[in-house]
Amino acid sequence: MRAVDPSTGAPRTGASRSPSFLAWQEAFGATPERDAPFETVSCESVPALVTAEDVAGMDMAAEIGLPGQFPFTRGPYASMYRSRLWTMRQFAGFGTAADTNARYKYLLARGQDGLSVAFDLPTLMGYDSDHAHSEGEVGRCGVAISSLRDMETLFDGIPMAEVTTSMTINSPAAIIWAMYLVTAQKQGCRLDQLGGTIQNDILKEYIAQKEFIFPPAPSMRLVVDTIEYASQHVPRWHPVSISGYHIREAGSTAVQELAFTLADGFAYVEACLERGLDIDAFAPRLSHFFNSHLDFFEEIAKYRAARRIYARRMRDKYGARQARSMTLRFHTQTAGCSLTAQQPYNNLIRTTWEALAGVLGGTQSLHTNSMDETYALPTERAVKLALRTQQLIAYESGVANTIDPLAGSWFVEDLTNRMERGAEEIFRQIDELGGVIPAIEKGWFQQQIARSAYQYQREVESGRQKIIGVNHHVEDESGDERIELLEIGIEKEHGQVAALQALKRERSAAKVAAALERIRRDAASSTNLMPAFMEASAAYATLGEMVDVLRQSFGTWRESPSF
Amino acid sequence: MTVVAESDLLERVLAGEARACARLMTLAERGDPAFARAHRRFAGRLGQALRIGLTGPPGAGKSTLVEGLARHWRQAGRRLGVVAVDPTSPFTGGALLGDRVRMSRLALDQGVFIRSMATRGVFGGLARATDDVVDVLDLSRRDLVLVETVGVGQSEVDVACSTDLTLVVLHPGGGDTIQAMKAGLMEVADLYVINKADMPGLERLVQELLDVMDLRDLPPERRPPILTTVASTGQGLQELARVVDETLLARRASGALAVRRSDNLERRVRRLVEGSLRRDVWETRRLSDHLHQRLAGGGTLSAYDLADDVLHLYRDAARDDARTGLEGTP
Amino acid sequence: MSIDQPIRVLVVKPGLDGHDRGAKVVAAALRDAGMEVIYGGLHQTPEAIVEMAVQEDVDVVGLSILSGAHMTIFPRVKQLLDAAGAEDVLLTGGGIISSEDMAALAARGVGRLFGPGSRLSDLADYIRTEITRRRATTRSA
Repeated sequence: MRAVDPSTGAPRTGASRSPSFLAWQEAFGATPERDAPFETVSCESVPALVTAEDVAGMDMAAEIGLPGQFPFTRGPYASMYRSRLWTMRQFAGFGTAADTNARYKYLLARGQDGLSVAFDLPTLMGYDSDHAHSEGEVGRCGVAISSLRDMETLFDGIPMAEVTTSMTINSPAAIIWAMYLVTAQKQGCRLDQLGGTIQNDILKEYIAQKEFIFPPAPSMRLVVDTIEYASQHVPRWHPVSISGYHIREAGSTAVQELAFTLADGFAYVEACLERGLDIDAFAPRLSHFFNSHLDFFEEIAKYRAARRIYARRMRDKYGARQARSMTLRFHTQTAGCSLTAQQPYNNLIRTTWEALAGVLGGTQSLHTNSMDETYALPTERAVKLALRTQQLIAYESGVANTIDPLAGSWFVEDLTNRMERGAEEIFRQIDELGGVIPAIEKGWFQQQIARSAYQYQREVESGRQKIIGVNHHVEDESGDERIELLEIGIEKEHGQVAALQALKRERSAAKVAAALERIRRDAASSTNLMPAFMEASAAYATLGEMVDVLRQSFGTWRESPSF
Repeated sequence: MTVVAESDLLERVLAGEARACARLMTLAERGDPAFARAHRRFAGRLGQALRIGLTGPPGAGKSTLVEGLARHWRQAGRRLGVVAVDPTSPFTGGALLGDRVRMSRLALDQGVFIRSMATRGVFGGLARATDDVVDVLDLSRRDLVLVETVGVGQSEVDVACSTDLTLVVLHPGGGDTIQAMKAGLMEVADLYVINKADMPGLERLVQELLDVMDLRDLPPERRPPILTTVASTGQGLQELARVVDETLLARRASGALAVRRSDNLERRVRRLVEGSLRRDVWETRRLSDHLHQRLAGGGTLSAYDLADDVLHLYRDAARDDARTGLEGTP
Repeated sequence: MSIDQPIRVLVVKPGLDGHDRGAKVVAAALRDAGMEVIYGGLHQTPEAIVEMAVQEDVDVVGLSILSGAHMTIFPRVKQLLDAAGAEDVLLTGGGIISSEDMAALAARGVGRLFGPGSRLSDLADYIRTEITRRRATTRSA
């Protein structure tokens, strides 16, 4: 049985174990273990037993401390869920803005706290609904937003100063955000009333999700522009959601998710500092976004380690002075890649414990997946169940009655320490490669992820990693009742294209041209592009038109894939 | 394939039809006798395309360089072919051919034909059929064919024997010093290209190259030029293309190109003959089976005795065939 | 044509979807199954895909589509393959595709498709069996 020094992970030499422990060890060894790898889903080996001796060397006050106090292992706030539950924020979007507006109203009426916008692939990639590349893809994976008019429809009847909105958009995030801000202003809101998030995390696009348009340098410029604009004009807004979710979905391990995400975040911090922004002016509004995957304790340890690592770096390396600049606050989404198409009702249960892990890890906001998402976007019935999952945890399970209940668990603290050490080792490797962007250009992250993904798949194919319905307790489901699925008819695309063409006829071509010219000018200089985007949005320039100007100015990025 | 179909195929290749080119290449890769027959017919038309080889250690950005050079030549209106060779896994027999995707912008250009090849068990950087595939591109009236391969083992030498000009592509901070590289690298380079020249370590790498040239007492006129590029931004590509064009022009004029091609042809013929003999001895005459039987028989056997045994059997069999009028067909 | 020549497979992602975990895992698995895999990358149009398939003279084209656009993309690629004289190429793939859609596509000449939870070994076996069958037919023709 291991006995390790908790701060270094090195075996404690000459560690003397108590007689009762040795007796346990003997009894344990005498019973054959069942046939299982005893590994997390990240292929990390899990010890049979962790005792106080394994964490005896820890300085509890310095490492764990108290909620709302450095290093924030137990949570960013003193009161956590005792004063306010996590935000229940279900990611949603499909078809046209009108369709999604209806879904938002449905969810808000059933107790959802905040909105989260899913955009379709053309929008994510900066193409209008009527572009040749958009054919067959409009409204399928999210809502189609090609212009301010669509944004206005999306939020019709929703008080934007009262409801916070998260928008999952990356390469064209600044432009979509501009449309959002102008829409809110037209509703009569002031910018300083608006709360929400844009994902706007371009580094993970190169690494994992691949929704990039422009090369890294001008993309970073756009991110810093938004952070700067937010700190000056939209102070309640989170201009970046530094994401690990997609990295994990692409196949990374938990430690890779943790380290790659934090490294990306630090790269943004460095870029902002380079522009001369004061850390305490922008850091309080940085947010994070993690996955919650199958291994319950590994995920909880991951979140706690994340907070601790982040606090230390922000204070000690980047000179943050205010607590709000050191606290890592995050949104969580349960793991899409853990869902199965086989026996889909099992997904309800997987999502439940994944959500529970997020809560026990102290997440600030949570999205729970719907059980039918291996087939299609969720139906109303499925998404309601997903929302109820969160509500049941919040109001019936009792876990939100106390703060960070797993603190002091020897197993969890030991695992938290191990996650932190693993992350620090990865930071070292990234430094050796020259930093995040050089590592991206060398394809290093992508290769690490591809390898982890392939290893995991081999574990599943060999049966070592059991997945109910896929390689364990498999059933013939051909006779089963088919679950109802959300269908998105092609008429949505046709309607959207027609509306867009009508818009182009109605608006002032001169205003649009002038606004696009301004974008071109500002892109060529170091002027913050947000005002130009807002002006163009207000003139009903389309997303595609604005992105095309940037494509010409910045160029486009094609990746050299690694395996 | 019928004679008529073969003629038709060749006509279509001459016309530059992609599918015909691809099919003919496949015949070559499969060692189909139809290819050898076709080759005899079209060999007279070969030689128009200039063949440029690019080799070097992994990570030097060869594919990006190929893409950049090719685009430059495309803009000048030249017709191009690219052959990208990657190693076959000795364990699985499979290969991941990922060079094409690294030249993605090129792949969209209709005037460029890109073929990915796996080495298929051949040691070194090229596949057995690489020469054949390049011939097909030559036949389809390309002006230039770029052959890209990873420079490990013997491959630098291989690629020089299949091309008119060899570029060895290096990069600073690659971790390998020139001394650690195979001797072959230094022998075959007609040109050195230091790509990723914006990275630290450039001066040191240039100095190492010059030092090795000094060590070999190379007279100035035999020292390959050293060019620097940053293929990802296009820096240095125009100059590189110019130097390549001029070098080939000069070699053509001086007759050096013809000598090189003749030497390469000789090596290729030897390879074909030796390959055929090898197959004849071991497979056609089943002497591989015979050898296994003798080895299974046990006892302390001298390798020389066993070899003599095989050779005797082979020669006897060949003599018998000659007497009875049968010829083993390569 | 010899039956035991390596099988050449083009693995590629058409359309706008960039989620390539599946495509990369499949590419690695087919390589490990002894096939020559040409990785075509992301964001490819049907026209570009067919051009690659023709130049590389592949036996198989494998598309990974998670975006729901498969009923547009698969038939288009099939149509272009046929028009290019490559009707003998096996068109297969995977992603988020319902069994009804798989059946509809099969009726239009698309091969078997592999949804979530599929085994890589099943895909490799399917390709091997199909291509062996097709090569044997061509040989005897």
